[in-house]
Amino acid sequence: MHKLYWWQRGLLGVVGGTMVYLYLPIVVLVVFSFNSNAVMSLPLAEFTFDWYRKVLANEAMLTALGNSLIVASCATVLTVVIGVPAALVIDRYRLPGLGLFRRTILLPLSLPGIVTGIAMLNFYRQLGIPLGLGAIIIGHSTALLGIVVSQVLTRLSRFNRRLEEASQDLGAGPIETFFKVTLPGIRSAIIGSALLSFTLSFDEIPVTYFLTGRDNTLPMYIYSTLRRGITPEINAIGTLIILASLVLIVASVSMLKDKD
Amino acid sequence: MTPRQKRYWLGFAGVFGVPLVWTSLFLLIPYAVMLAVSFWTRKFPLFVPDFQFGNFRQVFADPQYLEVLLRTGKIAALVSVFALALGYPLAYFLIFIVRTAKVRNFLYMVVIVPLWVSYLLRAYVWKIILGTGGVLNSFLMWTGIIDQPSGLFLYNQTAMIITLTYIFIPFMVMPIYTALEKIPPRLIEASHDLGEGPFWTFLRVVLPLSWGGVVAGATLTFCLAFGDFVAPSLVGGPDGMLVANTVQTQFGAALNWPLGSALSTVILLLVLTIITISERSERYGKIDLD
Repeated sequence: MHKLYWWQRGLLGVVGGTMVYLYLPIVVLVVFSFNSNAVMSLPLAEFTFDWYRKVLANEAMLTALGNSLIVASCATVLTVVIGVPAALVIDRYRLPGLGLFRRTILLPLSLPGIVTGIAMLNFYRQLGIPLGLGAIIIGHSTALLGIVVSQVLTRLSRFNRRLEEASQDLGAGPIETFFKVTLPGIRSAIIGSALLSFTLSFDEIPVTYFLTGRDNTLPMYIYSTLRRGITPEINAIGTLIILASLVLIVASVSMLKDKD
Repeated sequence: MTPRQKRYWLGFAGVFGVPLVWTSLFLLIPYAVMLAVSFWTRKFPLFVPDFQFGNFRQVFADPQYLEVLLRTGKIAALVSVFALALGYPLAYFLIFIVRTAKVRNFLYMVVIVPLWVSYLLRAYVWKIILGTGGVLNSFLMWTGIIDQPSGLFLYNQTAMIITLTYIFIPFMVMPIYTALEKIPPRLIEASHDLGEGPFWTFLRVVLPLSWGGVVAGATLTFCLAFGDFVAPSLVGGPDGMLVANTVQTQFGAALNWPLGSALSTVILLLVLTIITISERSERYGKIDLD
């Protein structure tokens, strides 16, 4: 190990502090999910699984969890079914208007969710589409389309088109070529972005907030509980959500990484 | 039309049909409807189709709305500055100080993974840290630094800036990391060989070459923080409500959809303007390394 300059030591200090800033809150959430005291203060009381037991006995929370799983699954399927062809067209065809099409799909990713949520609420109201899980599924799949499109586009831009030409020359039709040549080439990008869409849809608040009907999703349930007061039950379900999200996201990021 | 061309366009229609219809119907038209509603008139309890600029006039003339817009701009700018101040060193550390690729990739993953982990929970946890009966207060009392719980930590702008900065640091690190990664080490070696110390090398070589990443990260952070309503409603106080909370009220208790749509349209236009400017400046400031 070479000797560090003063500025490198300072940099290490800032980096260490930032890492603590990033992870201390998550540690707090997890620690207090096992703490028997209902008030979240130090020093810690006894270790307990009570809050997890309460989560498992909380009907409303479990229903909301079920709703969230349904919404996230349906939205993910839709983002893939719509997003992959959209990415293919943007990659393959040169037409005026396609640039606008791409920008529109990517727009909700850099726009505050509330704008998209309100646009959809206004639209549904004018059309008379009832608010509820169906509306939320349409909303999520549309707002998250950009995730699949951008990731698949990145992968397609590095895809060797000669392979497709070879397949056509060998007599395969366009559909066969897609399933046997193109799809295997972009498969990991599709799976990775699907996992990401699922996680984001599962946690989504700003769009859901405006489209929700009588059925709550899990984040909406937690959000409305929080406004009444906080209980360690939230920490328990939160710990479970974070654990599941971490697994999905690490899987997603490693699928999306380029192996060159 | 030759059969070949015919096939080309048939393929185009077959592949493109569903995404085009879906995106127009569920994305483009909703934004247009929101724009249209922002010109409507409210006749309590109904909204009547109309074309008048009253709602926009109200947004910019009523000090109440102008104030909240300015406050939101200030908070979003501060969050971007703090996230940059912490995110840049982190990205720099990962690229230039960490020597092994394996460790670097692992640490990078550790830094950016929280980005996608439940946004709500990451905002919520600051409520239990900063609250009156919360972790920070009880820690300070336990160690004897204070003897009364303080209400100063939560429900104010500082709490909101702490929470939003925490949420957006990964957003800042990601583009800066990508930009720093592309800087060829030989440029830095050249600068050292020419006698520049680490400080001037950073200022004259590294910083200009990573400027695109800084602009991209700051843009995203500013735009997303500008429209956030979850963090302010959890940790912001009465003086901490942002423009998105005002929008939220128009669709709830205040029941004024046209005004809410006008406010939302203002956010949309502002964000689009910022994104366009930042893309232009990124292209303009781009230094070709090849």
